[in-house]
Amino acid sequence: MTTDPSPTADILETLVARFPGLETSAYRGQTRVVVGEPASFEVLSFLAAAGFDLLVDVTCVDYLEYRGAKRRYGLVYLLASTATPRRLTVRVFVDDPEPAVRSVVGVWRSADWLEREVWDMFGIRFVGHPDLRRLMMPEQFTAHPLRKDYPLQGRGERHNFPVLTREDG
Amino acid sequence: MSIAPDHDTRVRPAATREEDYLWTLNFGPQHPATHTTLRLVLKLEGERVVDAMPEMGYLHSGFEKIGEHLTFNQYVTVTDRMNYISPMANNVAWHHAVETLLGIDLTPRCKVIRTIVAELARISDHLLCNGAVGLDTGAFTFFLYGFYQREVIYDIFETLCGARFTNSYTRVGGVSHDFTPLVIEKIRTFLRTFPKTLDDMERLLTRNRIFVDRTKGVGVLTKEQAINGGASGPVARASGVTRDLRKDEPYLAYADYDFQICCAAAGDCYARYLVRMQEMRESLKILNQAIENIPAGEVNVGADQRVARPTKEQVYSTIEGTISHFELSMSNRSFEVPYEESYAAIEAPNGELGFYVVGDGDDTAYRARCRPPSVLHFSLFPQLIRGHTHSDVVAVLGSLNIIAAELDR
Repeated sequence: MTTDPSPTADILETLVARFPGLETSAYRGQTRVVVGEPASFEVLSFLAAAGFDLLVDVTCVDYLEYRGAKRRYGLVYLLASTATPRRLTVRVFVDDPEPAVRSVVGVWRSADWLEREVWDMFGIRFVGHPDLRRLMMPEQFTAHPLRKDYPLQGRGERHNFPVLTREDG
Repeated sequence: MSIAPDHDTRVRPAATREEDYLWTLNFGPQHPATHTTLRLVLKLEGERVVDAMPEMGYLHSGFEKIGEHLTFNQYVTVTDRMNYISPMANNVAWHHAVETLLGIDLTPRCKVIRTIVAELARISDHLLCNGAVGLDTGAFTFFLYGFYQREVIYDIFETLCGARFTNSYTRVGGVSHDFTPLVIEKIRTFLRTFPKTLDDMERLLTRNRIFVDRTKGVGVLTKEQAINGGASGPVARASGVTRDLRKDEPYLAYADYDFQICCAAAGDCYARYLVRMQEMRESLKILNQAIENIPAGEVNVGADQRVARPTKEQVYSTIEGTISHFELSMSNRSFEVPYEESYAAIEAPNGELGFYVVGDGDDTAYRARCRPPSVLHFSLFPQLIRGHTHSDVVAVLGSLNIIAAELDR
């Protein structure tokens, strides 16, 4: 079972002192910090400077049908450190109609494709991303398939794709 | 010999930019040297690659969406299809994440068994990856040596769980089949015979002049680039990042074994090859220690926890077994899952393979995010190839071990 091998208590203290009003919680030894969308970039770049040099993953959860959820999209930034084995999860919540958050590509290059994937799958705009194109779905695709209101079997987009013949190609 | 007029710089129109003279080469998505379905748009100036634009998504199959509709035990069949070079490692990663969410502590026997299959998967993955690098740079014999040993590992898995390729071996709280004496014997035979093949493979390629010339100094990834770009596994370790989850966050039974983290400083294709070769030797060390010390006892967690299916004997002779079997069989009475979320990762052959699982009360994940190492490695590709010749593309691509099924999911 994964347990947090090195306590993140010291960094949390500094973080909460610097940015008052952050919610922290822990589950199965994993520390999580909930950050408001306006401060997300400052908090993340602060954490990057404080030793979390590895951005393991950026992903998102759509809480549309989730029990007791107040906000719709919860972004997940999984941070880790290469010097000492410690991890921290940063959550940023955004809502419809224009879900957007500041991009962290300038802090970690690894955010480039991860943010593109979140844009592709959830339609969350990363402000300041140098090249926010779809990563997996085709350019003509209009929906964001990992949203909870998108059906498992799709909406028939497959049948509407233009057919390229050898002559057009 | 006269210079053709359109190559003469003096007659070039003033408005033309330098890049108009670059040649664009479409590499993939269907090309034998990409090994899988991915695409590269290369900008070439003669033989030299000026820029590369990687494209992915040709194999996107919505695995994460499917993960929201299949139960924790059903979804393991989908994880087989992610990195199909080492499906066992994916099975272990998925159920490691689920068990972290549910707070299930495995039996000591199960931990060791999972460690063994994960290490066998690592060896088979590295054999194929290094074999493919050899193949792409012209060393076909080396590839066949590697593939022969992969075949032996397939046989072990077939004896273990009936499937050679798509194993779907793990279950929540345990595994589908316990080790039998025949499986242990086959693994012992493999551990006896494999080091000789590994020595042969090293002799074939490690100091082979052509191979060294094709890979040394090619596709250099610096330590800073590796960390900032989110590289993990052998790719990061070949650039001097000393991060290995087996040591840093010991999961399963890794804390009990004596082994080294393999690192290199150069960060080129040759370093990545060396790290993988050495990691196979370290895996052998782990396997040798593990196979001789498999704890006795039950392999799955007890019937009282109601997560793993009890044996037929338990069902027919104990009340806990009967209840557990009934509850797990009924679609509306499966095990309880908290309204919580957690991330757990293992050191897969390719790097950090983790799953972010969100639970919502029933045994189907609300969100099953897979953190694939290939995506981050593929995004590093343009940095690695710039300035090299287009024949180096396959060497760099091979040494990053990009598996499109895992890349696109």
